[in-house]
Amino acid sequence: MTAMQIIFLLTAVVTLFSAFRVVTTPNMIHAALWLVTTLVGVAVLYVLLSASFLAVAQVVIYVGAIAILMMFVIMLTRREMRDHGPQIGKQWPWAAVLAVLFFGGVVWMVQSMSLAAAPAAEVPQTAIADLGKALVSPNGFVIPFEVASVLLLAALIGAVYVAWTRRHS
Amino acid sequence: MNAWLYVGIFIALSLFFPALLAVLGLILGPRRPNPIKTDTYECGLETVGETWVQFKVQYYLFALVFLVFDVEVVFLYPWAVAYHALPFYGVVEGVIFVVMLAAALVYAWRKGALEWS
Amino acid sequence: MGILSQPIGVIAEWLRNLLLGWGLSQGLTTVLLYLLGGAVVAILVQTWVIFLIWYERKLIGRIQDRLGPNRVGPYGLLQPFADFIKIMTKEVIVPSGADKPLYFWGPILMDAGVLMLWAVIPLMPMVGMDLNVAALYTIAVGGFATLGILLSGWSSNNKFALVSAIRTVAQMVSYEVPTVLALLIPVLLAGTMSLHGIVEAQHVWYIVFAPLAFVIYFLASVAENGRSPFDLMEAESEIVAGFHIEYSGMVFAIFYVADFLHAFTIGALAAVLFLGGWRGPGAESFPLLGFVYLWIKAFAVYFVGVWVRGTVPRVRVDQLMNFSWKFLTPVALILLVLTAVLDHFVFGLGAWARALSHLLMNVVVAVAVLRYLEHHEKVRASRRQMVAQPGQYPVARPPRPAVAENPTEAAS
Repeated sequence: MTAMQIIFLLTAVVTLFSAFRVVTTPNMIHAALWLVTTLVGVAVLYVLLSASFLAVAQVVIYVGAIAILMMFVIMLTRREMRDHGPQIGKQWPWAAVLAVLFFGGVVWMVQSMSLAAAPAAEVPQTAIADLGKALVSPNGFVIPFEVASVLLLAALIGAVYVAWTRRHS
Repeated sequence: MNAWLYVGIFIALSLFFPALLAVLGLILGPRRPNPIKTDTYECGLETVGETWVQFKVQYYLFALVFLVFDVEVVFLYPWAVAYHALPFYGVVEGVIFVVMLAAALVYAWRKGALEWS
Repeated sequence: MGILSQPIGVIAEWLRNLLLGWGLSQGLTTVLLYLLGGAVVAILVQTWVIFLIWYERKLIGRIQDRLGPNRVGPYGLLQPFADFIKIMTKEVIVPSGADKPLYFWGPILMDAGVLMLWAVIPLMPMVGMDLNVAALYTIAVGGFATLGILLSGWSSNNKFALVSAIRTVAQMVSYEVPTVLALLIPVLLAGTMSLHGIVEAQHVWYIVFAPLAFVIYFLASVAENGRSPFDLMEAESEIVAGFHIEYSGMVFAIFYVADFLHAFTIGALAAVLFLGGWRGPGAESFPLLGFVYLWIKAFAVYFVGVWVRGTVPRVRVDQLMNFSWKFLTPVALILLVLTAVLDHFVFGLGAWARALSHLLMNVVVAVAVLRYLEHHEKVRASRRQMVAQPGQYPVARPPRPAVAENPTEAAS
């Protein structure tokens, strides 16, 4: 058991446990915080895969913006979103069976792929520069890059419109 | 990877030190709670009603506009790192991206989403 | 490798051989050495805060034409120690109905969010781990401080704390956008996100390249820290100490320490990004000298921060938000576009030619922005006519849709 494997197992256990607590805890703020732990766990997994940029981008966007936004909403609408009773629904045996089947299917699929047993490729030093070049090169991802900016513009317009009508209603 | 190991250890240390201070404060300070002391502070008055805050759309809008800009700027970082290896049209593409988001800022501004009223 | 030319290297080698001699494996030795190095940096930085508290109180006192602490020890130097001992022995009053785990996690996350920054700041040449995404990492850990504030405000079970926490987070989040945009400019000029790389690329300091970016970064960081003049959300006369109303004793001290440490860390980051970090005469051959240079530069920026704090009055909340969204962000965007376009053409020239052309562009942008603001203010002022009735105070008329052509006609 190498050190990397131990760290990976620890991170995986923490992430899965946090994800489980997100859906089972009755307190909304606690759920948001368990979500933060889950997201940080995913960022650590990115680091283990040598994707440093993705790891910090994950923390910056998910923890720094999305989790904050969620907590704003929860705190500001507390009146309507009080803590309810136990969060596990009545159908949980069926859901558990489905989840186990799905998990088994994914494991079988991954194992039958020949890539799964191959050693990880070496990540070049210039990974981020390569990513930047790929984002703007015509044979690369320039169209998705520019479309992403249009998408962000559209998202902002939509959000402002929805909030504006709410404010003036 | 070594750099991240150091950063990870440092993160653990930076969580440990304030926790140590907090524990020190709990141990060294007296602990004599009584109902008046632990009551909610409201400038010397009794609190009336539940603890809740009036939902103002402004707070939410600021966080939302910040989210859009945050995602934009994260996209720009790899572009900035690869900047010196890019031909001119690479620079132009980045500038187009920034201009789109400047348009988003102008829209939010004109619609009054950035007012604190 | 003499002890002066590579002090940390020599000490690290000696320790490593010692630990290996005790029979520990390579990996464990590395971990222990990193732990020791990290602990040294963290403890150094936290003890430095004690000096900063004294310095700030003395300086603010002098700015306000009074002496500042001068009783405890010579020149009041032992004052922070006295304060620290006092606050350690005060009771931590946990409010009733507070969410206990969150109540303690708030200040811990906030302090951790500032300490974590010191993992990536290059203190000396050739020393310290070179994280290749360090610039974005500084933004990422800012998110934890924001989270800490929200938790503190929520778990205090107090309306004022909650409102203040939400407003403080709205302020912090608004000022994070110009910070990240201004941070993009040194990354662009250096071609790397690593802070070591940015320092090494600064043969000419980046403040010569982009003084406007430095100003934007500094102002936005000070506002994100919540220092005066942007401390509306936590000032005592405003919302009764804000999100840390219900915190007393050591947990309040953690907030206080985090505040001061953040102020100094802003200085250190600005020094690394714009003032050349550890660069200075003789720094390459004597790394300790580089450390001294960095500390001096960071302290200079911190001094400017304290100076501003003691001099400028607090801004109003709508002025606060407008300053970020309607001034800093557009200027940062314009600067980014112009820097990107300009650098493509001048990159091949010598270091100073490149620096001066960027400086020229910055000056042009700054003058254009100031001119525009002047013009905008004139337009707004002409829309408000000051009318003086005999025997009464002049009152501003409500703004009219059309600008009055003839001032004498309007005053009659």
